[in-house]
Amino acid sequence: MSIWEYANPVKFMRTSGAVLPWAVAGAAICTVAGLVWGFLTPLDYKQGATVKIIFLHVPAALMAINIWLMMLVTSLIWLIRRHHVSALAAKAAAPVGAVMTLIALITGAIWGQPMWGTWWEWDPRLTSFLILFLFYLGYMALWEAVENPDSAADLTSVLCLVGSVFALLSRYAVNFWNQGLHQGASLSLAPGERMAAVYRYPLYLTMAGFFLLFVALLLIRTRTEIRRRRLAALLAREMRK
Amino acid sequence: MKALLMRDLRLATRAGGGFGLALAFFLIVCTLVPFGVGPEGGQLSRIAPGILWVGALLACLLSLDRIFALDFEDGSLDLLATAPLPLEGAVAIKALAHWLTTGLPLVIFAPVLGVLLHLPSPAYPWLLASLALGTPALSMLGAFGAAVTVGLRRGGLLMSLLVLPLYVPTLIFGAEAVRRGASGADPVTSLVFLAAITLGVLALVPFASAAALRVNLR
Amino acid sequence: MIELGKYAGTVAAAYGASVLLLAGVILQTIRANARARRELEEHENRG
Repeated sequence: MSIWEYANPVKFMRTSGAVLPWAVAGAAICTVAGLVWGFLTPLDYKQGATVKIIFLHVPAALMAINIWLMMLVTSLIWLIRRHHVSALAAKAAAPVGAVMTLIALITGAIWGQPMWGTWWEWDPRLTSFLILFLFYLGYMALWEAVENPDSAADLTSVLCLVGSVFALLSRYAVNFWNQGLHQGASLSLAPGERMAAVYRYPLYLTMAGFFLLFVALLLIRTRTEIRRRRLAALLAREMRK
Repeated sequence: MKALLMRDLRLATRAGGGFGLALAFFLIVCTLVPFGVGPEGGQLSRIAPGILWVGALLACLLSLDRIFALDFEDGSLDLLATAPLPLEGAVAIKALAHWLTTGLPLVIFAPVLGVLLHLPSPAYPWLLASLALGTPALSMLGAFGAAVTVGLRRGGLLMSLLVLPLYVPTLIFGAEAVRRGASGADPVTSLVFLAAITLGVLALVPFASAAALRVNLR
Repeated sequence: MIELGKYAGTVAAAYGASVLLLAGVILQTIRANARARRELEEHENRG
């Protein structure tokens, strides 16, 4: 039994159909429970109630980056092994990633307004997220623009590879350009820098919730793409008759 | 290879090839900015490095679609793809031709516009150096964007969306070098990073561009 | 009751905007999926 069996669309449809209800249920439970738990946490002595925004901001930011990584991996699989499901999964993931990036940016801006006294600061982390958002937009626009599905998959995969390198490059270039206001990693392993457990556990829960939400959306969207592809293939076959 | 380079140069410089259009665009951008921000010299000299870099970058973008579009339409790109010269090499040559007809004139022209924008005098050598080091990367990345969008209707707009985010690191280090030069700080660090990015781009991006071209020629 | 203090508006705005965006993408996903499934089934039943 190998992972490549799921490259078969029929097999993928069957398995994803079986997994999907669990992913949906898990996503709903974890996200809702995590956010409610987050709401019940005490106020932070410095940030007041705004600390609750972290339960949206951090998971969204985490997913924004990891979805791009997942797209990079699936693009590579498409380029190397030519499995259509892989390319379609990358296509299906992009809008979710763009929305996650947008959520991270918006919640960050709303949080920054009272805390830093500004909606937007050209801080390295914020700026690199904006650039990541632009990459998502370009990627999705390219999928829309190319008509031949295989060419579209190839071109977007190449763009994803090049874009990954440049997104990373930009991430460190902006460090050079401006020292940031943004706090360091909230979940650093170094003792003392870590946030209090009372905030940490609900945060873990919402992170799991957002991850499962992404999995559920990804499965549904990939299934949509497979069905569309199949319909197009059927129509093309009829045209030829 | 040399023949291809000469051909591209001739095509670009003859009438209607769009040569000089980028320079005119660069001039217009640098003329418009003072209208937008006001004529006060101190303010202009502070933002001059950024304007010159952004202007050069946009001017570079203007002529990118010409790199492959005409050759794609008349079929010579198919010939190039089947020629003994590797497509990667052809892409690099075409990017070089674009740089010689767009990037190099921009570099030479930039100090004149620097005068218009009150760029502080110690910054001039750094302006030249950073543009000379940075614009080859702009041309090469542009060739990648042009290769990806070559077969598309209305590819020009999409190409801007794809290419501009790729220009971010070059812009950051390039403008930073000029800014440091203007304020008397040491700009060498920025220049080294800029050169590193350009060299990396020149070495690797032709492969991605050639791959994209092969897909579009399929 | 949940205590939000003087930042109630801020927190509500952040949650509101995020929920709206998530609801948007979820809704779009479900509708696109339903449409693809319906069209495919119609086609398969016909032919």
